[in-house]
Amino acid sequence: MPRALPYLLLLPASLFLLVFFFYPFGLVVVESLTRGGEWTTENFTRMTGHWKFAPAFWNTIWLTAIVVPVQLIMALTMASVVQKLKTGRSGLLYIFAIPLGISDLAAGLIWLAIFEQSGFLNSIFHAFGIIDRPTLYLGYQNMWVIFLAVVLAEIWRATAIMMVIIVAGMGLIPKEYSEAAEVFGASRWQRFTRVTLPLLRPSLQTALILRILMAFEVFAVVMALGGTTLPVLMGETFQWQFQLQDRGVAAAYAMVILGLSVAFSLVVLRLLHVPKGARI
Amino acid sequence: MTDTSPPPAPQLEARRAGRFLFYAGVALLVLWVLVPIWFLFVNALSAPSEVTGFPKRIWPSFDLASVQFFLQFQGVTQALWNSVKVAVLTMILSIAMGAPAGYALSRFDFPGKEFFRVLVIMTRAFPLPLLALPLAVMFIRTGLDDTVLGLALVHAMLALPFAVLITFSLFSGIPVELEEAAWTLGCNRLQAFIKVVLPLALPGIMASAVFAFVISWNEVFAAAVLTIENRTLTAFLLQSLNVSPLPLKFAGGAALVMPALIFIFAVRKYLFAMWGIANR
Repeated sequence: MPRALPYLLLLPASLFLLVFFFYPFGLVVVESLTRGGEWTTENFTRMTGHWKFAPAFWNTIWLTAIVVPVQLIMALTMASVVQKLKTGRSGLLYIFAIPLGISDLAAGLIWLAIFEQSGFLNSIFHAFGIIDRPTLYLGYQNMWVIFLAVVLAEIWRATAIMMVIIVAGMGLIPKEYSEAAEVFGASRWQRFTRVTLPLLRPSLQTALILRILMAFEVFAVVMALGGTTLPVLMGETFQWQFQLQDRGVAAAYAMVILGLSVAFSLVVLRLLHVPKGARI
Repeated sequence: MTDTSPPPAPQLEARRAGRFLFYAGVALLVLWVLVPIWFLFVNALSAPSEVTGFPKRIWPSFDLASVQFFLQFQGVTQALWNSVKVAVLTMILSIAMGAPAGYALSRFDFPGKEFFRVLVIMTRAFPLPLLALPLAVMFIRTGLDDTVLGLALVHAMLALPFAVLITFSLFSGIPVELEEAAWTLGCNRLQAFIKVVLPLALPGIMASAVFAFVISWNEVFAAAVLTIENRTLTAFLLQSLNVSPLPLKFAGGAALVMPALIFIFAVRKYLFAMWGIANR
């Protein structure tokens, strides 16, 4: 009995993973490669043949490429600021962590309040006398403004999760390393780049992987701010599943997102590899 | 050129300027997080005519007409109630399956332990909301389509890895010696767990349960794919984005944000402990 106990305890979670994780992923793979019960690549040719595929793909990639580095820098800044603070630390941490609990849809609506035609951005411009009449920002004529609004909303929403992971990681680094570096005359910046950052690699790994995956799944923020004007991969998946009722192509899109996620996770793991002996 | 003992005035000044810059930066970051949320609540707490009016004021008029309009809108109360039901179910499911697994990982050494742990961590390298696509078909076959339980099962899949990893670190933080002492005093394994370990772990378990609740409450994609009649609040808001008037959107957004704010505040102590373990 005692031998079997751990397995019994793991059983519910394992069964659940099997039924709701492995099985459905198998189904997606099969569904993307079949059509009407036959093996074919038609779903993929249909997907790439549609005019929205290329913009959706590149919009998603560009969003990730712009948002994630900015967030990394902001999260590192926030975490360092919090580390330096002597009073009011927990209060500041709570404020910085607030967006963590906010849904991506709500974040999209929050930035909609700022960017919509009668929104706060126009009101502020009006108050400073820059414009007399509200201008329309989120129209299809101004794709780049929609893109910018999505970038801002994403940075606003998802920096918190990286910050929390990095703060937790900084807490694990013994103070002695940094103090030793100080004794040897390292400046604050040198201590940060030569001591803190290298020791932070495991946390950076987690933060980057989690964040990059979330960036590839960007959906509700875009829907709230631009509707379908700005196509992204997850939005197209939703469109094919729902509006066009074509599950095969939706599954093909899912495979693209999955492929990107796995590829980039591996890249991050490789770039920030920490040898076994070098862990704290 | 040997006179170096009193710190020269410019250096002092530079330090003061540096400190000023530091606090100005902190203030900016705080504003960056809080101001957008403030704007959303200004909109939610103003009359509909003010929400669509221009220019906007920075203070809300505390007119509850928008909120009333939102609550009386067809399907809103039902959606709110569905969101709560799904989130509570998710909470129960993920803890009921995750906590035993976390306990097993922290207390036993058994073949396959590392495999299970890696498996759980690996699930995060996959875009989990996409699971909703194949599961939609599976649910139609099993009669779980468009039900609260069906969606809760998918959300539980999203929350399970976190529940396992968080409870794993929680139980690891409780010394085995306490349990052993209870055994020598005549408790069996279950009694020792209930009387000694559980009271110590309960706050942390509650925190991870709250976290599961927030994950479910905020989830958009799977909710929108899997529910048609029994929509959750996020699904309702998403699917009515291009038809609903602005006051409805902002009041809905505020309704989404409110519980998240409270819950993140409630678990703030555990936030960092939770993510710290994600690194290892």
